[in-house]
Amino acid sequence: MRVVILGVGNILLTDEGVGVHAVNELIARYDLPDEVEVIDGGTSGMDCLDQVSDADHLLIADAMRAKKEPGTITRLAGDQIPAFFKTKISPHQVGISDMLAALNFHGLMPRNIVLFGIEPLSFATAMELSPSIAARIPEVVDCLVAELKAIGIDARRKAA
Amino acid sequence: MSKRITIDPITRIEGHLRVDVEVDGGKVTKAWSSGQMWRGVELILLGRDPRDAWAITQRICGVCTTVHAITSVRAVENALNLDIPVNAQFIRNMIISAHAIHDHIVHFYHLSALDWVDVVSALKADPIKTAQLAESLSDWPLNNRHVMTQTLEKLKTFVGSGQLGPFTNGYWGHPAMKLSPEVNLLAVAHYLQALDAQRHANKIVTLLGSKSPHIQNVAVGGVSNPIATDSQSVLTVERLLKLKMHMDALSDFIHKVYLVDIAAIGAFYADWTKYGAGVTNYLSCPDFPMDSKGTKFLVPGGYIPNADLAKYKPITAFGDAYLRDGVEEGVKHAWYKYSKPGPLHPYKGETTPEYTDFQDDGKYSWLKAPTFYGERAQVGPLSSVLAGVAAGHQPTINYATKVLDTASSLLGSKIPLAALHSTIGRHAARAVRCAVMQDVLQQNWQALIDNIGKGDVASFNKPTFPKGEIMGYGFHEAPRGLLSHWTVIKDGKIANYQCVVPSTWNAGPRDDTDKIGPYEASLMDNPIADAEQPLEVLRTIHSFDPCLACAVHVVEDNKEVVQVKAL
Repeated sequence: MRVVILGVGNILLTDEGVGVHAVNELIARYDLPDEVEVIDGGTSGMDCLDQVSDADHLLIADAMRAKKEPGTITRLAGDQIPAFFKTKISPHQVGISDMLAALNFHGLMPRNIVLFGIEPLSFATAMELSPSIAARIPEVVDCLVAELKAIGIDARRKAA
Repeated sequence: MSKRITIDPITRIEGHLRVDVEVDGGKVTKAWSSGQMWRGVELILLGRDPRDAWAITQRICGVCTTVHAITSVRAVENALNLDIPVNAQFIRNMIISAHAIHDHIVHFYHLSALDWVDVVSALKADPIKTAQLAESLSDWPLNNRHVMTQTLEKLKTFVGSGQLGPFTNGYWGHPAMKLSPEVNLLAVAHYLQALDAQRHANKIVTLLGSKSPHIQNVAVGGVSNPIATDSQSVLTVERLLKLKMHMDALSDFIHKVYLVDIAAIGAFYADWTKYGAGVTNYLSCPDFPMDSKGTKFLVPGGYIPNADLAKYKPITAFGDAYLRDGVEEGVKHAWYKYSKPGPLHPYKGETTPEYTDFQDDGKYSWLKAPTFYGERAQVGPLSSVLAGVAAGHQPTINYATKVLDTASSLLGSKIPLAALHSTIGRHAARAVRCAVMQDVLQQNWQALIDNIGKGDVASFNKPTFPKGEIMGYGFHEAPRGLLSHWTVIKDGKIANYQCVVPSTWNAGPRDDTDKIGPYEASLMDNPIADAEQPLEVLRTIHSFDPCLACAVHVVEDNKEVVQVKAL
């Protein structure tokens, strides 16, 4: 089994980078088995294609603007994901959505995809999260760990 | 009656580029290019250690991570007047040439080919005829009838499933789509194969840069790749041979597929050599230093005014005074204010926002307007290729000739070099540049092997920062063109930092003298068949490989992208 955990977002824009901060916190606090690959995807799309290709499970952490209370964590899975990422913008922008679409067309789509979206508060230019969003990071990490557990992967808490 | 078309955003990944055009009599009469996102990374860098700047600046953009890392260390090294071990130059050169190849392939096949290729039309293709056509163009082994039949089946299943994926919302059946079903099917086959090809480039970046998408191995003073021929954990002979395997696979794809496809698309869309020239002052820089000081480069660069190759003036070394002293940025039409009137040199650059609404005759963009000795300049592969031709750079001349000759024979009439000053010409130049990058990659691999063979394994010179103020700038001929970082360092801390990025050169708004920028100029007179589906605008803008260095990735609710209103 191959599991990829992808944190996406721009860490220069406060909460835009919450997905990246979340996966960094995950690897800081947990030891993960070799079958799990954690990627700081930044704002890249196609650059992650190789690693995501043909994974059994793909977990994504991302900022998600859904007009909810800042810090709200939303879990999306399966068919919700392509619909969520569907853009009306143009037929060919190579973000995460297009990376997934390209994999789909190629028959290399990860078999299971779960996305945790965190409602941001601020996109100001700064490298730290807003305090209220930073406070939710442990919960996002817990969500990722629980998701791993559900697919039979034991993330071990590192010694303090 | 004239109409105003607003396309916002024009790209997703790179954040927010908005283009407005006024159309009258079926063609564009006025254009505005607007960056819709403030890039304040310069402010984040103030007071920080210059040795950390590269890791932060590579986060500016989701597509151009590597290029900012490299340009940043070059800027700091220039300020310190630091020599770089040649091994470090070779390793960096391999990373940036592989990155460029990746970028060019993905841009053409996955970002812009669908402006020209009608995927739905490909469903009507005869796969046998497609294979015959493909095999007449190239001996690429994946041009055979089995591959074309499989591609057609895949496409049918995909379209039949109702999930068009990357092909959703394409302008299928648009009157400006001209390719036959067979050519469209061939392009779809190569779209899929390009997905495999780009992986080889990505692997090279990952093998050398330790990590992708954000490389980890550069440092002010060199690279952090220890070199040893006998250790597992570092750059070993085994790893170097693995790199070679990926390089050779890329070479095949570029020569047998990309260069051929671009010639074919150019021939079928020869009318697009008439549109999109825009600003024909071309600025590029030399790149791929082969010595420790950055005075000998594999690929030339410089300035060409008014498309006149005879007036080419080269830029010759890191820290070059001709480039250094010519660059300014104006904010008359950008959402910033300066402490004094007129444009500013990047060393004196200021980043103070002053937002107004979108004002047609006032401020309308978060991008500044750069000028070179007071003139607007176009940057990108076309600038680099024209500089190569002007400078007599043989690989550039050879590949450009090959593409133009192939396109000419398909068209049945001679396509001159001057045809490159156009929308489709920018695509052709990008393919030529990609082939040059492939040569550069191979040459640096060989240079690294040879140098290690001589017993030189140095890859890092430790920097020391003096008391007092120093300044420096770094340049890199990035996939989208000339990128420069400018820094002032005081007592070992960053006191000013400005990035003048390729998309600022190309997508910047009107300048202090109200002259329009390259994107805006390139749109003038473009035909618009259907204002509701402004495919032609996308063709021209996408030919620049648009990227605003301010990637915002957050997912938002959908909104209407194209707005049309009668004026």
